Amino acid sequence: MTVGATPTSWYLALSAILFAIGTVGVLTRRNLIVIFMAVELLLNAVNLSFVALARSLGSMDGQVIVFFVMAVAAAEAAVGLAIMLQLYRIRDTINADEVTVLRW
Amino acid sequence: MGIEVAIACAKAVVMLLIALQVMAMGVYFERKVSAIIQDRIGANRAAIFGFAGQGLVNTLVADPVKFLLKEDVRPAGADRLLHTLAPVMAVVPAIAAFAVMPFGDVLEIAGRTINLQAASLDVGILYILAMASLGVYGVVLAGWASNNRWSLLGGIRGSAQMISYEIAMGLALVGIVLTYDTFDLQEMARRQGELIWGWLPAWGIVYQPLGFLILFAAGIAESKRIPFDLPESESELVSGFFTEYSGAKHLMFMMSDFVEVVLVAGLVTTLFFGGWQIPYLGREGFHFPWGSTIALPSLVVAVLQILSFSVKLVFFTWLQIVIRWTLPRFRYDQLMRLGWKGLLPASLANVVVSAALVLLVGSRA
Amino acid sequence: MSIPLFLVLAALTVASALTVIIHRNPIYSALGLVSTLFLLAVLFLGLDAQMVAVLQIIVYAGAIVVLFLFVIMLLNLQVEERSSAAPPLIGAAALGGLAMGGLVILAIVRTQFGAPVPVHAGFGGTEALAERLFTVYLLPFELTSLLLLVAIVGAVVVGRKRA
Repeated sequence: MTVGATPTSWYLALSAILFAIGTVGVLTRRNLIVIFMAVELLLNAVNLSFVALARSLGSMDGQVIVFFVMAVAAAEAAVGLAIMLQLYRIRDTINADEVTVLRW
Repeated sequence: MGIEVAIACAKAVVMLLIALQVMAMGVYFERKVSAIIQDRIGANRAAIFGFAGQGLVNTLVADPVKFLLKEDVRPAGADRLLHTLAPVMAVVPAIAAFAVMPFGDVLEIAGRTINLQAASLDVGILYILAMASLGVYGVVLAGWASNNRWSLLGGIRGSAQMISYEIAMGLALVGIVLTYDTFDLQEMARRQGELIWGWLPAWGIVYQPLGFLILFAAGIAESKRIPFDLPESESELVSGFFTEYSGAKHLMFMMSDFVEVVLVAGLVTTLFFGGWQIPYLGREGFHFPWGSTIALPSLVVAVLQILSFSVKLVFFTWLQIVIRWTLPRFRYDQLMRLGWKGLLPASLANVVVSAALVLLVGSRA
Repeated sequence: MSIPLFLVLAALTVASALTVIIHRNPIYSALGLVSTLFLLAVLFLGLDAQMVAVLQIIVYAGAIVVLFLFVIMLLNLQVEERSSAAPPLIGAAALGGLAMGGLVILAIVRTQFGAPVPVHAGFGGTEALAERLFTVYLLPFELTSLLLLVAIVGAVVVGRKRA
């Protein structure tokens, strides 16, 4: 691939926009699974940032960090969704407004 | 710049033509080979002005026209977008996976050396795994969007099966990557042209026989062919996860089935049987181990290699069709047990042994 | 990556991300997420990161979101009535999001980024990534494998049906 004509700052701006969208999603939605998907959006925004800067500085370290972020996100998704399954079995809802109390 | 784009498009078109024509041949073979195995004649009635072509007109003209002209039924309560999206997500990744399949060595025309592979990626094999992962969506969405609990069951089972066998497939690929020290399929095909001990072509089957068996089995399971077709179960669940589809969408699901058959055939050919390699044929002609050579122009060599690739594709497509009409279907728990407790440990053992051998003896770099 | 292509991809990515957080049906949110991840993988390709792009499709778009879809279908989640917070809270959150995004973009615009450093042909490929991963970052790599093992066991234990 030839050196891109798009400036690095544009990629970072896109990353910032995605991060903002993810944050609004976490704050606004009430369905726990959609909140979790918004968190994945946050992680991916940061991945884009890392890859853009890795290219800009010519260092592979950024891409290695993205690799680790993906692995950690996979682990987190597995455990988080298992927790949500169990929560649904016990409380019969995964609406964040209804699972506010710690006792059963 | 323009000529580069034109060459790239031409390569993509040629690969697409090879894949889709072998798929069409596969559809015809399915009818005829199954007929021969079951001691009957097969479909041969539909004819154009009396020309029936031994069933060619029926399978390749009448059938598609019938599918395209049938009414597109969408069940009540089914999500319109998802119902339409599912067959697209099943067929597009399967066809897109052919982009990294090499169909010849190089073509030297007008001073240019054209690498006969539609897309030359650094991460070749992983691209095919990526397209296989995307194919799961077609099944899951088809099951969900049909608003039918048995379709949903078939869809979830089908996608669970696909995910399980993806793992065994990926690990079988690790063995072959270790052997040839590259991810690019074209490089692997080229390295299989070298000779071991002066006369034996260094094909993948020589180095990775267990890898071949695992990849073939996992590939058939991935494309949900018999003996792994419980999600579809033609004689039991009507059509399983694509029961509620008719007309062109049904045709797309059938197409995805056969394109994946050709994809598995292509993968097995390229990785284990030399791809486009004909033994002892190099870029300038034949170099036999006993010393004699036959010089051939570059165009003839390229055509021979494309023909060899196509013949091997047709052979492995035929093999999968014969397997389909010979073996009974696995029960779902047997299927999952085979995937997780059979193929996965076997492919892990394969990786360990391959790595040890590569360390001791060296790879075919 | 040429500017028109980047702008088209960026617009589609933002649209998909908005679908994730706005749509009421959780399945459409998941499909929006798949679309976002796929488009991000294409952007990664434009940034000379082939290995990471393909891993993104295999791991993120091809496995994690399928897991999301499975859970949504298993729980048979339908469109809910109160799927988002009360309108004042939505307004405040949107404002906050805009402010945060605006601040970060301001900071980016004010920073001087140099031109991308010219890199060798194998940048972003398997060998380059593996060279870093198995030498400098070996310890995190091994710890990640341990983390994945713990996650698998944890998910199985937490998700079990209690008798």
